[in-house]
Amino acid sequence: MPAVSKGDGMRGLAVFISDIRNCKSKEAEIKRINKELANIRSKFKGDKALDGYSKKKYVCKLLFIFLLGHDIDFGHMEAVNLLSSNKYTEKQIGYLFISVLVNSNSELIRLINNAIKNDLASRNPTFMCLALHCIANVGSREMGEAFAADIPRILVAGDSMDSVKQSAALCLLRLYKASPDLVPMGEWTARVVHLLNDQHMGVVTAAVSLITCLCKKNPDDFKTCVSLAVSRLSRIVSSASTDLQDYTYYFVPAPWLSVKLLRLLQCYPPPEDAAVKGRLVECLETVLNKAQEPPKSKKVQHSNAKNAILFETISLIIHYDSEPNLLVRACNQLGQFLQHRETNLRYLALESMCTLASSEFSHEAVKTHIDTVINALKTERDVSVRQRAADLLYAMCDRSNAKQIVSEMLRYLETADYAIREEIVLKVAILAEKYAVDYSWYVDTILNLIRIAGDYVSEEVWYRVLQIVTNRDDVQGYAAKTVFEALQAPACHENMVKVGGYILGEFGNLIAGDPRSSPPVQFSLLHSKFHLCSVATRALLLSTYIKFINLFPETKATIQGVLRAGSAAPPPAAPPASAGAGNLLVDVFDGPAAQPSLGPTPEEAFLSELEPPAPESPMALLADPAPAADPGPEDIGPPIPEADELLNKFVCKNNGVLFENQLLQIGVKSEFRQNLGRMYLFYGNKTSVQFQNFSPTVVHPGDLQTQLAVQTKRVAAQVDGGAQVQQVLNIECLRDFLTPPLLSVRFRYGGAPQALTLKLPVTINKFFQPTEMAAQDFFQRWKQLSLPQQEAQKIFKANHPMDAEVTKAKLLGFGSALLDNVDPNPENFVGAGIIQTKALQVGCLLRLEPNAQAQMYRLTLRTSKESVSRHLCELLAQQF
Amino acid sequence: TPCNCPPRAATTASLPQHGDRGFPFAAAAAAGQAPPRPRPAAAMQFMLLFSRQGKLRLQKWYVPLSDKEKKKITRELVQTVLARKPKMCSFLEWRDLKIVYKRYASLYFCCAIEDQDNELITLEIIHRYVELLDKYFGSVCELDIIFNFEKAYFILDEFLLGGEVQETSKKNVLKAIEQADLLSVLSNIKS
Repeated sequence: MPAVSKGDGMRGLAVFISDIRNCKSKEAEIKRINKELANIRSKFKGDKALDGYSKKKYVCKLLFIFLLGHDIDFGHMEAVNLLSSNKYTEKQIGYLFISVLVNSNSELIRLINNAIKNDLASRNPTFMCLALHCIANVGSREMGEAFAADIPRILVAGDSMDSVKQSAALCLLRLYKASPDLVPMGEWTARVVHLLNDQHMGVVTAAVSLITCLCKKNPDDFKTCVSLAVSRLSRIVSSASTDLQDYTYYFVPAPWLSVKLLRLLQCYPPPEDAAVKGRLVECLETVLNKAQEPPKSKKVQHSNAKNAILFETISLIIHYDSEPNLLVRACNQLGQFLQHRETNLRYLALESMCTLASSEFSHEAVKTHIDTVINALKTERDVSVRQRAADLLYAMCDRSNAKQIVSEMLRYLETADYAIREEIVLKVAILAEKYAVDYSWYVDTILNLIRIAGDYVSEEVWYRVLQIVTNRDDVQGYAAKTVFEALQAPACHENMVKVGGYILGEFGNLIAGDPRSSPPVQFSLLHSKFHLCSVATRALLLSTYIKFINLFPETKATIQGVLRAGSAAPPPAAPPASAGAGNLLVDVFDGPAAQPSLGPTPEEAFLSELEPPAPESPMALLADPAPAADPGPEDIGPPIPEADELLNKFVCKNNGVLFENQLLQIGVKSEFRQNLGRMYLFYGNKTSVQFQNFSPTVVHPGDLQTQLAVQTKRVAAQVDGGAQVQQVLNIECLRDFLTPPLLSVRFRYGGAPQALTLKLPVTINKFFQPTEMAAQDFFQRWKQLSLPQQEAQKIFKANHPMDAEVTKAKLLGFGSALLDNVDPNPENFVGAGIIQTKALQVGCLLRLEPNAQAQMYRLTLRTSKESVSRHLCELLAQQF
Repeated sequence: TPCNCPPRAATTASLPQHGDRGFPFAAAAAAGQAPPRPRPAAAMQFMLLFSRQGKLRLQKWYVPLSDKEKKKITRELVQTVLARKPKMCSFLEWRDLKIVYKRYASLYFCCAIEDQDNELITLEIIHRYVELLDKYFGSVCELDIIFNFEKAYFILDEFLLGGEVQETSKKNVLKAIEQADLLSVLSNIKS
């Protein structure tokens, strides 16, 4: 037990604390606490009235027990009693208990508020401060309701003591943060601003926090604080180190107040008044100058306080972003810190430089420190500092240093902490794409990423490399050669197999001339990985095999042999619908392989050759003859192979025949307005025999349920020969979506069940609302959508004759407005529109550039949503 | 047929350069004056004092949180900070907050501040608080804080209120505390 106990010590409390500390086990501690709780409870309940001292002691014990981590559910009333004691320490303990163990019992709150009210009115500054501290510590809405109107009065009253003003200012701040509506603005606000001039530094220190918070919501009401803050700051900065007496901290004048004033100034733009601005710039320069002076003390407190002001000054300079000279000076100063022996300063310098890198005035100056930052990435022992270095390298990257930075980050990735690998992978992928001048470098970089940190390479990253390779034929041969080499490694990451499988399937022909990478070699290399891969990757590989058969007829026999032998059959865990490789392939075309869409695939034709005509699926045979309840997505078969092609026909038009075979014709008529649509489906029986159990249903796979609402009406279960039935669909677009709903049609024809799944022609562009705008507006919006992820672009070959009138009609049918006289090249098309969904609207800008000579197009979409840009781009690209 | 389209502009952010006379580049857009970003009010969120063994000695919360959340945060932070090596940086990112901590003998002082807050001045808030305790108790040690936890709270309230610095003068803070001690002695004499 310590010998010294200031004020009036409580012996019983000290004994109890000692007992607890002497407990050998958690159980013993709990036992001792329970004993004490029982004792206190009996004392509180006893007939004998407790004196103030005992009450205080027991309340204090309860507080101690609570702070040890135990629950306390009594004692509040005794604590409230202490509030009205006229002994200071009893009152103080009462307030402490209330502040720590806030209770929402309304009767108690009434009593507490009463006690606070009395203390606030007491004119005893010590009691007033206790009451204000309690309000600030609790900060509840109830207290706000009771006191928010009184405190401003106390704050600006001429006769309030300084300490009361300080507490009142911060108390009001806490209440304002919790419930701003309760704090009435008024005549007092002007007087609060003038507290910046107060003689008492403590009052200024408290007031400036309050003003900083209030001015955020009402900048105009507090505008005058700027010049007052500048002159206050100027006086502090230019004062000698001893002028401010006790407000000088290790030879630094008023560091806390300086930092707060600099923070307040960051709520406003640079001062308009030239004199004020001049004075401020002088202050900022003084702070920068002082950083170069020799330290007045060797103590770390001195340098910390001084540098706290320096960093806040630099924040203000960055916030203004208008003084090139100061920005460059700030950058040089931070550059010195990059090699400081204090880890804290290196950390903060790296962090602060990140923001400097984004200013055009200081970007070049930041870049000069690249070697130091790379060195930090390699040698810093603290991972959080290394992370700051990686952030800064990312921020300072541009075309001139991208290769160096990317290669350093790749090297770092090999040893980086697992916690930050994913972030580094993403950074490298973004930089590599953003600053790729030659695309073989880009391909190398991404493959390296997969090699070094395959687990951390997300789908977006490897899809992207496929997209870029697909769109750029100058890099396709190189990509094929490089993945082929990468796949030689005995242990390949699965993502490498995916990328390799896809690229060889598409562009393997470009390296097939070399006997070392002949088609059979490519095939056996890929197939050697097959058994180690997940179902999704196997599916992708199977689609590659089919492409091989198409590209290299000489591999057909081998591949067919492999497939027949069943070695490629899916494991038992695969979905039951895929009874064989052929079916699995159908899934594949809908799944990952379809992502980097390459237009109609020739593979489908081969399916029929590989597989004998599919027997009736067992599912359908067992189906209940009565109309079934709406099937879930798992109950219906995959869409027919032509589903995508059929869907594409309806992207730019609303009416037509959706499907037709020997039995059935399905026609569509639809109209869309805003985010709503109505669709009529016409089912025509082309035979002379009645369809039975006729049941068309709409299914929303996956997330679509939350994106699109489709109401359907049930149709008659019988459709006579030669007759037509109509089904009405009401459609509401809730939010943007990527995949269309499925239409499943089942019926019995001559006793045989028939099932057919189509994609319903509802695509996101149906909810387009065309927007006319002038060229100037278009450019302005185009600029606003300049983040890399907001843009999607495709370069593709024309599949139809390139006719300007047809193109125009298609773009209008797609839903956007066509804007004339916007693109300087009259051959190009520019359009704009808004996608209307219930949850949000997405503005879209598009540009289509035909190149008649090459028979190619380039299509660029910019929207505020990445997925929408990409999806619209894919949909539209297939129309030309 | 080789693609005759020109190479794609290196950043996906800007339009390709051919025939683009009318299209300003993204760089030009970026050069346009960005409006000044207002910074939200920030303050200390909480302060924890704990021993090297991970025992919590003092906790002060400046934001309303449930007891369950407080316990979870405390557990997580104590673990994180104790796992750090002596020469490491005093700042770390934790959730969306910044943690500033410093060890004095057997005690860790640990503050959570917001993104825009100044780390170095927070480090000196900790130091000033230690100085105040030291001055009051006379070369303070962990035991003083254990046995006189209520005093440690009172001193903290004079120095920081609602997570903001209220009074930085050592003299003024201690004067307030000593006045209170005097008051209680006086009232004891009277009674």
